[in-house]
Parts: sequence; C-alpha cells; structure tokens
Amino acid sequence: KSAPTESELKFHYTVHTSLDVVDEKVSALGKALVDQRELYLGLLYPTEDYKVYGYVTNSKVKFVMVVDSSNTALRDNEIRSMFRKLHNSYTDVMCNPFYNPGDQIQSRAFDNMVMSMMVQVC
Amino acid sequence: MNKSEMADEALFLLLHNEMVSGLYRAAEQGDGENGRCITKLENMGFRVGQGLIERFTKDTARFKDELDIMKFICKDFWTTVFKKQIDNLRTNHQGIYVLQDNKFRLLTQMSAGKQYLEHAPKYLAFTCGLIRGALSNLGIKSIVTAEVSTMPACKFQVMIQKM
Repeated sequence: KSAPTESELKFHYTVHTSLDVVDEKVSALGKALVDQRELYLGLLYPTEDYKVYGYVTNSKVKFVMVVDSSNTALRDNEIRSMFRKLHNSYTDVMCNPFYNPGDQIQSRAFDNMVMSMMVQVC
Repeated sequence: MNKSEMADEALFLLLHNEMVSGLYRAAEQGDGENGRCITKLENMGFRVGQGLIERFTKDTARFKDELDIMKFICKDFWTTVFKKQIDNLRTNHQGIYVLQDNKFRLLTQMSAGKQYLEHAPKYLAFTCGLIRGALSNLGIKSIVTAEVSTMPACKFQVMIQKM
C-alpha cells in the first residue's frame, strides 16, 4: 500500500521481490528458540535508495514496508511499533463481520491509520 | 474471575442457545431440513473462529509446528472461550487429533442423562466451526467432527487435510 506516485510500479516490484526473503526468514526462524520467534522479521534487505522491512502474522499475512534510506530517524524499534499498529488495525478489520477474509480491504479506519503513519514518517 | 468476565460468559451461552433454537425454529416454519441448520451453525462458527484467532495470536510468538498450534487451541483458545482447558489431546502424528473435553461448557446446562442426547449435535456444530475457522486462519485446512457418548463430555476429532 503506497501513496499513488509515478514510481508505483517500482514499489510493487520491490515488495514482490522481498517476498522471497520473507519466506527464507520465516523458515529459518522455525527452528529458533521460542523467545526469538518474533512476528517482526526486521530488515529484509537494503537497496540503494530504500530499506525493506517485513512482518508476518500468525495467520500468514505479510506486511512489507519500504522506507527511504536517507530517513535515519526510523530505527528498528520505531519500525516494529509501526508494524504492531498496522497489525492491530488489520485485526480490527478481520473482526469486522461485514468483511470477508481474503477480499480487498476497504475500511476507512484502516486507510486512515496507514495514511497517518505515512504522514508521520515523511 | 471478575464480574465482567462472568457476564461475558453468560451472554455467550445465552446467545448461543438462542442461535441454535432460532435457526431450528426458522427451519420448522420453512421447509429447510436439519442438516442445513447444522451447516449454518458450522459456518457461523467458522467465521467467528477466524476473527477470534486473529485477535488471540496477535501477541504470541510464531508457532513452531502443527502440534504447537493444536496445543495453543487446547490451552489458550479453549480457556478464553470456554473457561477451561481441553482435558485430553491425543494424536496419531499423521494428521488426526482428538480433543476431549470432560465437561463441555455448552452441554453442562442440559441434564446429564440420556434424555437430550439426540439434541447434542446441534450444540456442538458451532464449536466444530470455531475450531475449523481458527485452524484455517493459521494455514491448516481441516475437517472437524464431534461426538458425545455421555452427556457433558464430548470429543472433537480434527482431521488435517494435507495440501
């Protein structure tokens, strides 16, 4: 989910390529100790201009966040709490009886939350 | 247990009873048959299970394997919904799990004799769906059936569908 820009396609591409790294990390984590099996996956990979972060819920939903490399204000902890907020919001959507799991999310509350996170970062 | 939790439980039990009798009353007036009601209840449970598990697993660590998930269902999930744990979990390690509850919450309100035994399946369908929905949201496809032999005790059999 990103704000519509001229480089939308490029972002989609970045997110798609990161999914392989997500799988890799998840299968590696499966063998780790309990306290290391966190939902937040950390930095997936850095590119020249962007850093890509990942998060997978227990229900196998993947969140990917692409951040500008020049943005040094965002540390691991901030990213983690942003993912938690996103996850909380997603949970609310899932518990909405009018939402069919698997459909595209059309919740205004969810959109507003995502937008507010992006504004806050920029 | 504090007061609000007790109220939650009472409301859930009453709502569940009303759901079952409401559906059957509707089926009696129309031309629906009993099998349809069980399916409807099961589907309701499925959707509720999907939502609930999303909430419950929000802050837990990632699950290690299938058994880990089943243990979570037996302990945390069951405790939150029915205020007690599953009494016995058995598995053949080939995708079949049997969850035994010796005093199943939704059956304890009925007399323990044989009198209502034939009505028991109505009160288990929702829970079957609940388990199936929860597992499906965690990425496990399954078939869940229930059986009652003596009244407040019941067994849920979970058959995992390998993909």
